[in-house]
Amino acid sequence: MTITAPPRPAAAPQPPARPSAGRRALGLWLRWWRRLTAMRTAIILLFLLALAAIPGSLLPQRTLNQNAVRQYFAEHPTLAPVLDRLYAFDVFSSPWFAAVYLLLFISLIGCVVPRAVEHARALRAAPPPAPRRLLRLPDSAELTTPLAGPATLDVVEEELRVRRFRVVRRSGRDGEELSAEKGFWKETGNLLFHLSLVALLLGLAGGKLWGYEGSILVTEGQGFCNSFQQYDTYSAGPLVEGSDLSPLCVDLEDFRAEYEENLTAASFTADITYGAPGEEGRPTTIGVNDPLRIDGDRVYVTGHGYSPRFTVTLPDGTVFEDVSAPFLPADQATMSSEGALKLPDLGAGVDDQLAIEGFFAPTGVLQGGILTSIDPRALAPQVAIIAYQGYLGLDSGLPQSVYSLDASQIERGSLSEVGRANLAAGESLTLPDGTTITFTGVSQFAALQFSHDPGQVWVLVSAIALLVGLLALLLLRRERFFARVGAAAEDGGTVLTVGSLTRGGGESATRFAELTGELRTALAARSPEPPAPSSGGAAPGSGGSPE
Amino acid sequence: MSVDQSLADLSDTLFSISVAVYSVAVVAFSAQLAFGRRPARELVGAAVGAGPDGTSIPGAGRAPSSRWGLIGLALTALGALVHAAVLVTRGMAADRLPWGNMYEFATAVVLVGVVSFVVLAVRVPGVRTMGAFVLAPVVLSLVAIGLFLYTETGPLVAALRSSWLAVHVSSAILGFGVFFVSGIASVLYLLRVRHDATGGSSSVLSRLPAAATLDRVAHRTAVFGFPVWTFAVIAGAIWAESAWGRFWGWDPKETWAFIAWVVYAGYLHARTTAGWRGRPAAWVNVVGLVVMVFNLLYVNMVSTGLHSYAGVS
Ligand code: HEM
Repeated sequence: MTITAPPRPAAAPQPPARPSAGRRALGLWLRWWRRLTAMRTAIILLFLLALAAIPGSLLPQRTLNQNAVRQYFAEHPTLAPVLDRLYAFDVFSSPWFAAVYLLLFISLIGCVVPRAVEHARALRAAPPPAPRRLLRLPDSAELTTPLAGPATLDVVEEELRVRRFRVVRRSGRDGEELSAEKGFWKETGNLLFHLSLVALLLGLAGGKLWGYEGSILVTEGQGFCNSFQQYDTYSAGPLVEGSDLSPLCVDLEDFRAEYEENLTAASFTADITYGAPGEEGRPTTIGVNDPLRIDGDRVYVTGHGYSPRFTVTLPDGTVFEDVSAPFLPADQATMSSEGALKLPDLGAGVDDQLAIEGFFAPTGVLQGGILTSIDPRALAPQVAIIAYQGYLGLDSGLPQSVYSLDASQIERGSLSEVGRANLAAGESLTLPDGTTITFTGVSQFAALQFSHDPGQVWVLVSAIALLVGLLALLLLRRERFFARVGAAAEDGGTVLTVGSLTRGGGESATRFAELTGELRTALAARSPEPPAPSSGGAAPGSGGSPE
Repeated sequence: MSVDQSLADLSDTLFSISVAVYSVAVVAFSAQLAFGRRPARELVGAAVGAGPDGTSIPGAGRAPSSRWGLIGLALTALGALVHAAVLVTRGMAADRLPWGNMYEFATAVVLVGVVSFVVLAVRVPGVRTMGAFVLAPVVLSLVAIGLFLYTETGPLVAALRSSWLAVHVSSAILGFGVFFVSGIASVLYLLRVRHDATGGSSSVLSRLPAAATLDRVAHRTAVFGFPVWTFAVIAGAIWAESAWGRFWGWDPKETWAFIAWVVYAGYLHARTTAGWRGRPAAWVNVVGLVVMVFNLLYVNMVSTGLHSYAGVS
C-alpha cells in the first residue's frame, strides 16, 4: 500500500485515509515481532536469563534446601517476607523467570525459523552473481594470464571444484564471471544449534510439567510403593495426576556402607527387590551413581543412616519386638544421629502412649557422661534415650515431624518424661510402671528417591545436537569466491579478477593469498610457453591461444 | 586403597618447585619487556636492542628481547613439566585421577592455562611478550592455591567413583584453563587499546603484542574453550542424572556454570556484532573469567551445594 501525498498547495478534498485500527495494530505487532525476533534480542534475553538466575544461587531456594529458607526467615524477619513475595526463594519456578524464558523461546523460534527456510532455499539456489566491483571485497586480487578468458575460468573452476566449492558460470554485463560457494554446513550447524536450544527448552518444560519425584526413608526389611501418600516428601508437575504414577513397589533387603581406612565413604549399595504391586519382586543392587532404571522411572539411593531397634515389654507381659524408626544423621562423618520412636498403640487409653527420643552413636564412647560417636560404622552401637509416656497428639490434626517429638505436647504436660538411660546393645531401661525398653540392635535405612522425568531423553538428544551444531558453527567457514575475466590492456591474454567473502574463522587473508597463489600456479601450468620476443603474440583480445 | 605417603610428599615438593621455576620465568619475561625493543611503530628513537651485557650486535642474530623471551618460554615449559608431575604423583599416591578436590582441580586448571600459553607462544612468537602477564597470575594463583586450598592426598568419596569423573572434570579443567588465557588476553587487549588511544608512553604496554593480535588470541582461545565448556556442562548433567537423581536442579554450581556459558556465548556473539566489537566484547570476556573464578571460589567455599565435597577440608 502506497499513499501518495497530494501536492502541498492543492486543497485536498480528501485527506489520505488513515490506516484502519486493525491495520495499525497489525503494523505495531509486526514491528514488535521483528524486534523480538532479532538476534540481538535473543542475546539480551539470554543475558537476562543468566542475570535472573543469580538471585537463585545467592539466596536459599525451597527446592534445594527448605531449612536454609526457614533459617533465612528467622534471621531476616522483615526482609524475607518481602523477598518471598518476589519469589526470591523460588526463583526457578517464579513467573518472572518463566517470562524471560518464554520470551527467549519465542524470540529464538522467530529468529531461527525464517533463517532455516532461507537456508533451505539457498541450499538449492545457485551461488549469487559476482558483485560488480570485485576489488572492493575484503580479499581480492588481479592476475594476468596468457590464456583466453573461458580457458582461464575453466582452470579456476576446476581448482575450486576440487576444493569442494559449488560453482556456476554466468556471462555478466562486465564480462564472463564465476561464482562459487562452500561451507553450507556452517549455517546448517548454526541452525541446528539454535533449534536444539529450543528443543532443549521444550524438553525441560515437558519434564517440569509431567515429571514427579518422591523420597522416602526405608529401613532394611521394609519397602514402599510408588504413590504420593507413602512418600516423606514429593513434588510433582502441574499436569501429573496421582493415577499416572507407575505401579511399582520396592523392598529394601540389605544395605551396605563401606569405608576406607581414613573413614572416607567408599560405597553405598542397597540390595532391593522391585516389581508391580502383588508381583513377585525381581532382585537387583543399586548404589551411588548406579540407580535402578525401568521404563523412564528411576530409583536412587540418595543417603543412608541407622534405625535403632527396641523391644518394649509392657508390665502385663505384652511384647513389641524390634520396633524401629530411622534416626537422622546429624553428622555425616561419625553418623551420630537423632530421632524418635513413637508407639501410640500400646495400651487401651490415649494416655498410655509411649515415645522414645534419643541420640544414636554407631560407635559410641562416653565422654563425661555424654555419648558421642567416633566412627560411622556400627562397631559398638549405643543409644542415649529419654522415654516419655502420655498423649503424643498424633491425631490432633496438626502435622508433626516423624523424627522428633512435638515439644508443645511436653510443655503442655501431656507427655512426661519417665526415664532416661545410655544403652549398649542388649541393655534395658525399666520405667517406673514396670515397662522395659531394651535396645536390641540396629538396622540400616536407605534414603530412596523415585524420579520420573519424561523430558529427560529429549533434553539429552537436544544437548548432543546442540554440541554438534556448535562445533560445525565454530569450526567451519562459509566462503564465497568470485572471478571475472576481462581482456588485458596491452600485450594480450586475460586479466582475471578474483575476490572472496568469508564468514567465520578469521585469517581469511592468508587463506585467500594461498588460494590465489595456487591459482596462479595452475594457470601458469596450463599456459603455453611464453612466446619468443621476436614472434608476435596473439592479437590482443583475440582469445586464440590454443589450450 | 591406601595412600602412598612418600609419593604424596613428593607431589607437594614438586608443587613448590614448579612455583619457583615459574617465578624465574616471570623474571625472564620481565627482562624481555624491560630490555626488549619496542615494536616497529615506535622503533625510531627507541634504544637499539642492546643486551644487558652490551654484547649484542644490533641487526645480527636474535634481538635480546627475543632471547629473553625464549628463556622465559623454556622455563615456562620446564615449569609446566614439573607442574604436570605434581598431578601425576598425586594421582599415583592415591591411585586415582588427581582431580577429586578443589586443590587438585585448581592446580590442573592453572596447568592447562600454562600449556595453552606455551602452545600459543610456540606457534605465534609475537605472543611471547604476554609471558610476564600470564605467568605472574599463574604464580599468584598457585601460591593462593597452595595456601588456601591445600588438601591432603586422600581417597575419593563414594559419589566421585565414576568414570564420569574423567569426562566431566577433565573437560571442565580444559575449558577453564583455556578461558584463563583468553581472559588475560582480553585484559591486555583493553590495556593496550587504551594505551594506543591515549598515545600512552608506558614502555611496558607498548611492548605488548598489537591490539589486533591480543584480540585474536582471546577470540581463538574462547572459540576453543566454549565447546569444551559446553561439553563439560552436558557431561556434568549426565553424571548428575545418575548421581543426584536429576540432570539439572539449579544447584549453585550448575547455576553459575550456566551463567558462565551464557556470558561466553555472549562474547562470541558480541565479537561478530557491529557496535560490540573490540572493547565491549573484550569486557564480556573478562566478565566470563570473573564468573568462572567466582564459581570456583565462592560456590565451593561459601555456599553449600551438591558439589561441596569438592571443597577444602
Ligand atoms: C548439571 C550438572 C553439573 C554441572 C553443571 C557441573 C558443573 C561443574 C563445573 C562448572 C565445574 C567446574 C568447577 C568450578 O569452576 O568451580 C565442575 C567441577 C566438578 N564437578 Fe561438576 N557439574 C555437574 C555435575 C557433577 C556431578 C554429578 C558430579 C559428581 C558427583 C560432579 C563433580 C565435579 C567435580 C569433582 C568437579 C571438580 C572439583 C571442583 O570443583 O573442585 N559434577 N562441575
